[in-house]
Amino acid sequence: MRTIEGKIVVLGSQGVGKTSMVVRYIGKMFSHHISPTIGASFFTCKINIDDTRVKLQVWDTAGQERFRSMAPMYYRNANAALLVFDITQYHTFTAIKNWVKELQRNVEEPMVLALVGNKTDLVNQRKVLREEAHQYAVSIGGTYFETSALHDEGIEEVFLNSAIGMIKLSEDSQCTSLRIYDSSEAGSPTAILQPPPPLSAAVQLDKGPSPGEQERVLGCC
Amino acid sequence: MASSKSEEDVDDKGENDEGKHPEGNLLNFEPEVPVESMLVPTDNFDSFEQEAPPDPATLQDDDNLVECQKIARNTSDENTEDPDKNGTSRSMSELSLVSVESSEPQQVDDEVSNNSEWRSQEKHIFILSSAGKPIYSRHGSEDKLVTLFGVMQALVSFIGDDGDTVRSIHAQGTLFVFLIKGPIILACVCKTRESVSQITVQLNYVYSQIVSVLTLEQLTRIYEQRRNYDLRRLLAGAERLVDHLLIALETQPALLLGAVQCLPLASTTRDTITSTIVSCCNKIKNLVFAILVGGNQLVTLIRMKKFFLHPADLHLILNLVNSSESFKAAESWTPICLPKFNSRGFLHAHVSYLAEDCQACLLLLTVDPDLFFPLSEAKQKIVEKLRRASLLQSINAALAHPGTPVSQLGVPEARHFLYKCKATAQFWGPVPAPPYQSSEGAKRLLDQYRVLHHRLHAPSQPLKLLYLQDHAETMLGWITTGFELYVAFEPLVTKANAISAVNKILRWIKKDENGLFITNAPTF
Ligand SMILES: Nc1nc2c(ncn2[C@@H]2O[C@H](COP(=O)(O)OP(=O)(O)O)[C@@H](O)[C@H]2O)c(=O)[nH]1
Ligand SMILES: [Mg+2]
Repeated sequence: MRTIEGKIVVLGSQGVGKTSMVVRYIGKMFSHHISPTIGASFFTCKINIDDTRVKLQVWDTAGQERFRSMAPMYYRNANAALLVFDITQYHTFTAIKNWVKELQRNVEEPMVLALVGNKTDLVNQRKVLREEAHQYAVSIGGTYFETSALHDEGIEEVFLNSAIGMIKLSEDSQCTSLRIYDSSEAGSPTAILQPPPPLSAAVQLDKGPSPGEQERVLGCC
Repeated sequence: MASSKSEEDVDDKGENDEGKHPEGNLLNFEPEVPVESMLVPTDNFDSFEQEAPPDPATLQDDDNLVECQKIARNTSDENTEDPDKNGTSRSMSELSLVSVESSEPQQVDDEVSNNSEWRSQEKHIFILSSAGKPIYSRHGSEDKLVTLFGVMQALVSFIGDDGDTVRSIHAQGTLFVFLIKGPIILACVCKTRESVSQITVQLNYVYSQIVSVLTLEQLTRIYEQRRNYDLRRLLAGAERLVDHLLIALETQPALLLGAVQCLPLASTTRDTITSTIVSCCNKIKNLVFAILVGGNQLVTLIRMKKFFLHPADLHLILNLVNSSESFKAAESWTPICLPKFNSRGFLHAHVSYLAEDCQACLLLLTVDPDLFFPLSEAKQKIVEKLRRASLLQSINAALAHPGTPVSQLGVPEARHFLYKCKATAQFWGPVPAPPYQSSEGAKRLLDQYRVLHHRLHAPSQPLKLLYLQDHAETMLGWITTGFELYVAFEPLVTKANAISAVNKILRWIKKDENGLFITNAPTF
């Protein structure tokens, strides 16, 4: 099986729901008491698409102004970016434009861009029109998604899209930052943790525990 | 008295032969002072306050105890009249300020005038910029206190115009304490029994929390560029660190003592945990500290040779861990400035809990921003090895242990105590039992310790031994070169029984010191 390892950075203002989205996707839960991210959090997950396994290294960044100078550390060598805003706060959408400019200036390799309008459960307080966001996404060569981390809507698609985008990137020889290998050679111990039956014939989501916890499943006590 | 004294003498002869301590009557049961400590040894107000010269008078017997108590009573009386004798406040500015205080300001903030809950708070903490911009208020919203912040700024700058600094104002049971730190003013307004120097220490802690989030570099630069900057923009999300720190200052003895508590573990267990971490990390360059904490206690700390961690910095780390649920969800890579270590720059911290089934938090601190993945790998290896050696279980067992109540020590006269080993900046105390179990009881106990601590460390007249009797309890405080001991007894305890209890406590500590304290200073 071919394995692709890529890095995905989650950017956007504080409070738009970045951590909630990642935790919803990887931890399959939503907590109302998530405390603000400090610096950045690191998650990993795996998605199997046809005969390719995509390992995602997810950097969930903090978004506060004081961590701004740290951002390059997280988006450097990233293969995909989730640009998250809150559909009920127009300024969080504006803030995305600065992130995009910064990425365009500083990241040389091609990147899969996903623009994500979160909190669709609050649609009656919507301030950012779907059409406007969609047009902007197209203008930067990205795809627009709307999600609700609270109601678990649209989140799988965002990550799946990034994974598929990375597979496409991997077919492009220009892309050097993606790690591609045949997993039969580089057999990692995590393979033991293959989940039970695939979700669908074509797509199998395999959200392993974060590193450092993998052994826990196998260990005793 | 006399009989009890001789009793003690006979009782303790054997162990007291060395006679290192002038307090001949009390036992010399100090833990062995390690050659090097993993934490910087502290005295309580170290580096915040001038160290007072040691009291040359030595205490030989019970009579001196009484003498000493009188001195203390005197000091306390003086304290009420002139709460700050150490020259930190100026009488002239006090007068003028009190009068400023009593004249009603024309315009009053919402919170101040309308909110009785706000007004009834025992203790307020405010942070503002030297330009008068609100940064933080412990109670209420800063935005509703703009006028108050303006008044505080005016006070500070009015006195500052003469090249003076306002330190404290004493008015009708309310104490105002100011701390001016470059572009930032910190103020406390309180009706508690705390002293100016104790509050100054607290304000210093709050200031270091802000530096820890921003670095001094950034803080200075931002105000150089824009004097009117609203610092809340940069501190967004960090208010809860200040909130949490202030709660810790109000409820925990650790910050008062300038010491940390260790998770009690058999010394062989702790040593194996330590050597496991060392073995997984010693090939990693630029790793400065590895710190394992659990339940607000230190499990182990390994440092790069040459570098030391100051307990004040460790308190900021504990505060960060305790107030950040988000660390539980994933591995984090976070910048943190440790002001005592280096206030100018950030260290990068790999922060993660050992495992879902072991809630101890490991912090690996480095100067190298590219070290996340090596540290992440090292962490995995550490957890694997600890698990294989059943050490996660040992940590869990220690974390689950409810703590030792004083009743298990066989010292019935003592209700509670705090023992601080000065050389290692660590302390230990039994788990509070009645009457200190309730939150009011715990608060009163801490208040008593605070009073005792303040009198013993009063910059104008530091004491070595103090015995205070009041209707609720009898308090004894004793400071030697090696340790500090604060004990709460039932109110009617006799001095002889108190002294015998102290000796028993010291003996017990001595017996268990290897489990209660980290007595070595491991390095990578
Ligand atoms: N209504 C609603 N609230 C959300 C949603 N996602 C996150 N939140 C809330 O928004 C706040 C910020 O979430 P968080 O994930 O910490 O945002 P981050 O700073 O971008 O990581 C929290 O109070 C969440 O509970 C959502 O989809 N709907
Ligand atoms: Mg977050």
